[in-house]
Formats: sequence, C-alpha cells, structure tokens
Amino acid sequence: MQQKELIPHLFRTEFSKIVAVLCKLLGLENIQAAEDIASDSFLSAFETWPYKGIPENPTAWLYVVAKNKALNHIRRNKLFSQKIAGHLKNDSVEEEIEIDLSEKNIKDGQLQMLFAVCHPTIPPEAQIGLALRILCGFGIDEIANAFLTNKETINKRLFRAKEKLRTENVRIEHPSSNEILSRLEPVLSTLYLLFNEGYYSETNDAVLREDLCNEAMRLNYLLIENESTDLPQVNALYALMCFHASRFAARKNSNGEIVLYDEQDESLWNKELITKGALHLSKSSQGNKLSKYHLEASIAYWHTIKTDSKEKWENILQLYNHLLQLEYSPIAALNRTYALAKARNIKEAITEAVKLQLNNNHYYFTLLGELYKEIDNEKAKDNFLKAHSLAVTATDKHLIEQKIDALQ
Amino acid sequence: MEQYALIMRHEDGMKVASPEQIQEWMKMTMDWIGGIAAQNKFVSGTGLPFADAKVITTKNGKPVVTNGPFGDIKETIGGLIIVKADSVDEAVEFAKGCPVLMGEGNSLEVRKIAKDDGVH
Repeated sequence: MQQKELIPHLFRTEFSKIVAVLCKLLGLENIQAAEDIASDSFLSAFETWPYKGIPENPTAWLYVVAKNKALNHIRRNKLFSQKIAGHLKNDSVEEEIEIDLSEKNIKDGQLQMLFAVCHPTIPPEAQIGLALRILCGFGIDEIANAFLTNKETINKRLFRAKEKLRTENVRIEHPSSNEILSRLEPVLSTLYLLFNEGYYSETNDAVLREDLCNEAMRLNYLLIENESTDLPQVNALYALMCFHASRFAARKNSNGEIVLYDEQDESLWNKELITKGALHLSKSSQGNKLSKYHLEASIAYWHTIKTDSKEKWENILQLYNHLLQLEYSPIAALNRTYALAKARNIKEAITEAVKLQLNNNHYYFTLLGELYKEIDNEKAKDNFLKAHSLAVTATDKHLIEQKIDALQ
Repeated sequence: MEQYALIMRHEDGMKVASPEQIQEWMKMTMDWIGGIAAQNKFVSGTGLPFADAKVITTKNGKPVVTNGPFGDIKETIGGLIIVKADSVDEAVEFAKGCPVLMGEGNSLEVRKIAKDDGVH
C-alpha cells in the first residue's frame, strides 16, 4: 500500500483502537484528550514518514507514539496523581503506567466503549454518531455525508453526547451479568440503525454506505466473540445483516440505481454471507425469547430463496404477523400486505391494504398500484400517480415512472 | 383513542379438534391479529389454553376447585386481545373478523378497558 493510502487506512482501523484503550485508562471524561492523542499520533506519522520512510511495522510505530503522547499528557495534567491518588509518586509515571495495546485489551476496550456509547441516557442519533466517530474512526465529514447533514450539526451532536457521557458519569466497563440484557438492547438497536443507515442511505457515496454496514457487522461480531454477549438476539441481528449484505453487489446497477429484488441477478448474491447468516440464525434459535431480530432475520432468510412458492410467502406472512405484534412500523405493515397477496390472493390483500390508510406514504400507493395492476389498470395508474406526487427523491420518482410506463 | 378487550368465547370448550384444524385456526387467528397490528391498533393479547384450567367456586363459604371450565358451565373463554380503537364501533369491526366466530355458537365480547384515571 502506498503511503498516501496507508495513513487513511490505518486511521480507519487503528484510531478507534487507540481511543478505546486510552479511554479505558483515563476514563470517559477524558474522551476528548484520548481522541486528541490518537489524532496527534497520526499527525506525527504524516510529518515523519515522508522523510524517514514508512516504518517496518506502521501499526506498532503508531502505538509507541500514542503511548508516549499519552504518558506526556498524563504527566502534564497531573491527572495521574488525581486519578490514582496517593498510591504512587508522580515521578514514577513511566514505570507504573502500562498502556496495553494488546489485541485482547483493544477488543475489551472497544466492547466496553460500545456499551458506554450506547448508554440509555444518550439519544439514539447521538449514539450512532459517537459510534461512528469513536468506534469506527469515521471523519466528521463522512458522518455528515452519511446523515445528509452538515459538519456543524454533527460536531454539535457529538459535543453534546460527550458532555452527556461526562455529566451522567458513564463508565467504561463491561456491564454486570444482571444488567447485560437491558444494556444490550440499546446497543443492538444502534447497530441495527447503523446498518440500515448504510443499507438504505440516500448518500451517493457507495463506498461509504458499504463501510457503514461493514462497521455495524464488525461491532456486532465483537459482541458474538465475547462469551457474555454471545446471545440469541445478538446472533439473530448478525444473521439479518449477513443476509442483507449478501445482496450488496446485486442491488445496484452500474449507474448506481437501485435494482429491485425481483429483478436482481441471483448469481451476484454472496453465497458465503448467506451461509454465514444461516449459521448465526441457527445459533440464535435457543432460549425462549423471540426478538424482532429473530423475525426479521427469518424474513431475510426466506428472501435468500429466489424461487417463489406459496410456502415461502406463507412463512413470510406469518413472520410479519408476528413482527407487527412486537413492533409496528409502516414498512412492515406494507410488506405484510404484499406477502398476503403472494400467499393468498390479490383481492384479500387489497381489502387489507385499504385499511392501512398510510396516505402520506409513497410506498403505500406504490403497493396499491402493484396490487391493482393485476386487476384494474386505471386504478393501478391512479395509485402510481399518487405515489409519484408523494415521492421525494429522484430515484424513487424514476422507479415509479418506470412502473407507470410498464402499464401501457 | 380508547382500548378495548375483544374476548373470545367458545360455546363448548370440550370439542376436540385435529392438529391440522388447530394449525389452520392458528393461522387464521394470526392473520386476523396481523391485520389489526398492521393498522397499528394491536396492543396485546393472549390465548388461554384449556389444559390445566381450573374453576374455583364456593360451597357453604368454602372454596371448591374443579377441573376445567366445563361441566355446569358450558361456555368458556378461549383468549383475548386488546386493541386500540377510536370508538366501540371500530372495535366491533375488528371483532367481526375473528375466526372464532366461524364456530357455531361462539361469540366475541367487546369491552372497554378502564383507564387508570381515578374515574373508572
């Protein structure tokens, strides 16, 4: 790898590791200092490597620099004497403090950081932002791009979230065994949102979108690797992500336009990820609690079988029936109705669709158009036109136009 | 928005159904509930299996426990769901779709859930 690619690459992979380990050592109240030390270490690399050449082991080089900077920081701020009051003398900083950048300590640190960032007192949107910054090493402009907003908004959001970490006295530690289930819930929902942000994002940056999804999967896998969090719902969420991610290559054409499921080239589906998903779905089928991730992963599993059959759609229908009881969402209601049409018949589905009354939702009218298409072309067109007037993005409008054209 | 309990009453809880029948009923019940949930009107619900059911009455002021809701009382409750509805009429419309009504003599009772407002 060339130098100009190497440093950004290392930043993405190593920044979050250094920050996690330093926060573990210094406490979350010093998160800004931890970030600054990590950033400074990369700055040193930028300044040094062009003249002295890339070191043999760039990562180890960064770790040494980060350690030294951290020690300087500790000494300068006398933070050491405040934190570990009285036990040790100030002059023995170097000998006594161990900055442990071993693989195990990094993983522990990142996992604990994940729990800290997803603390229930932090608003969900800020959790995602913090996770992207601190756990995934994303730049502020990348986060702003992913959320389709500007850097100031993201900076403010991150600042407030870090303030919250401090004022709420959130600690960087592994939750105790009786807390783990309740603390896991916001972690999983943040990872779920993070993945969806990447999967459904409007941003044009395809690389960024996949990065978001990959990071959500990496963090989810951290939970699986730890015995205390290797739980059914964690595996279910991972399975869901694998099944969705398996369609990455197939769901966009060369112009970056969405290719609908029905028109996707099956040979582009990633078989390895599908197998991995199936493995974790089976791992998730223990215990007696059925989470929404179980249901969504099972629905996604059925979608990995391209061939249509009544059995497939009957299963999907029942899974949606169940999912909606756990948690309502307009998209689940619409998908259930579509499954009803496939498993039973169009008339029954139309009767149910009319009851939904999602009159501000362009997907609703797109669905009605799709259903009427089979029996009444005029009504189909009316509904597609309504959908068209409600759709916001050019991509959505274009898709609906194609549907209208196909009617003639 | 009010909440209503839709209480499913079976005329005869002793009737034995085949596993295939039970599966078909389950599916229909799930479709019924799924349809309500798709309108964001489902709150909660539970089936009430007949197995292990007991009835407690009193005789001369002493409790008497009998097996099952059967015997003298023929009609029995099979389950209930709680829905959100703007009016009792809307709740009644939901009730009309319940597959329990396909059984001769079965009925559904619609009852408003008391609000915890100190009045009810």
